[in-house]
Amino acid sequence: MNASTKKKIVYLDNAATSWPKPPGVAAAMAHFLEAVGANPGRSGHRLSVEAARIIYRARESTAALFNGHDPLRVIFGLNITDAINLALHGLLKAGDHAVTTGMEHNAVMRPLHALQATGVSFTQAACAADGSLDPADIERAIRPNTKLVAVNQASNVCGTILPIREVGKTAREKGLLFMVDTAQSAGAVPIDIQDCCIDLLAFTGHKSLYGPMGTGGLVIGERVSPHEILPLRQGGTGSRSEREVQPDFLPDCYESGTANAVGIAGLLAGLDWLNEQGIEHIREEEAALCAQLIEGLMEIPGVEIYGPRDASRQTATIGWNLAGVEPSEIGLRMDEEFGIMCRVGLHCAPSAHRTIGTFPDGCVRFGIGAFNTGEEIAYAVNAVRKIAGERR
Amino acid sequence: MKSRHSVILVDSTSHALRIEKALEMEGIASKLIPVPRRLSSDCGVCVRIASEDAAQTRRIMEENGIRFQSIEEL
Repeated sequence: MNASTKKKIVYLDNAATSWPKPPGVAAAMAHFLEAVGANPGRSGHRLSVEAARIIYRARESTAALFNGHDPLRVIFGLNITDAINLALHGLLKAGDHAVTTGMEHNAVMRPLHALQATGVSFTQAACAADGSLDPADIERAIRPNTKLVAVNQASNVCGTILPIREVGKTAREKGLLFMVDTAQSAGAVPIDIQDCCIDLLAFTGHKSLYGPMGTGGLVIGERVSPHEILPLRQGGTGSRSEREVQPDFLPDCYESGTANAVGIAGLLAGLDWLNEQGIEHIREEEAALCAQLIEGLMEIPGVEIYGPRDASRQTATIGWNLAGVEPSEIGLRMDEEFGIMCRVGLHCAPSAHRTIGTFPDGCVRFGIGAFNTGEEIAYAVNAVRKIAGERR
Repeated sequence: MKSRHSVILVDSTSHALRIEKALEMEGIASKLIPVPRRLSSDCGVCVRIASEDAAQTRRIMEENGIRFQSIEEL
């Protein structure tokens, strides 16, 4: 065993996936595998019904988290990227136009670029250098053929929180559909699908909902009929088995094939934990750590922090660079010398990096999660200080 | 008199679970059972209730906007 692997681990890569998970998550997944096991919704026996019940409870819990009223409007998929693909490819047709922002992840940008080949066009509303968005810029980008406004709620690069409530109201007033990518925000900040006029909410289970990877999906608002979004896949659903055409009702029309029931059982446990803790409580704790980290980094000569540099205007994800040192070198040294796990480079979001001025070199990202401590943040700041000190 | 049962035929197990939950909140007993072949060729489950609860069940489902196919006597 390599000596470095025995060292203490400080996990600051929660923006990529949260870790550790609450203890109930692994237990719920083991319970599913050992005691439930059956295929949900495929058979009438008690184990199959119990498996379906676990998934149904996860739908209920997810809907409630976003103030949605109908659990059957929660569609589980492979992950949030799968959900965004369903929304964009399923909804946009030749001649349609979409408005998005200059802070988007490739989960949104790549489907939009691919859709250009089918006659779909899009406009990116520019964001300021700290990643912030003026909702008026969304309004200005709207054209007569605009069908959808799609924005992320919080940047995966520098944490900037976008004004989705204002954008949602604009979209609703203009009669457009509104999709929000909540990969970085679901579970980290409160979200109200009604208040923010969200028609399509894409969520991931494995970040701030504290479930396992391979969970996520799309919450479809009550203004959207399943007939408006074409399923990307067809297949067995356990329903209407006498027919060889895809069912047209929610959630089955978008959920062909056996679900990741083990993962969803873990997600349900993550959601239960989140509800016990309370999003507001976790938000307060993470914001305190975020403020501590920003303050600590700002005192180090040569460190540049991107984004708002204000814990109240961002999630606890901080993008930064140290002048004269490549992000990749910092990442390697953080891991090998300090046992700090972080992500460096371009964070699957070239648009966002262009906006904040870190393209093509990228930046270092510290992603704080609910299980980090003030001691760990101080340790990380100290590690950056040591690397910065040697540089001079 | 022997108690009689009815079943609510639904599109999918998700709908059956939604009905089960709504009935539970109103204090009406129900059970998810495999769909009797003579009622439907569909696979999956339906919701069994006491026939005397059928009228109230229909009202609850309609009030909550819950999709169902039909209520059948067993």
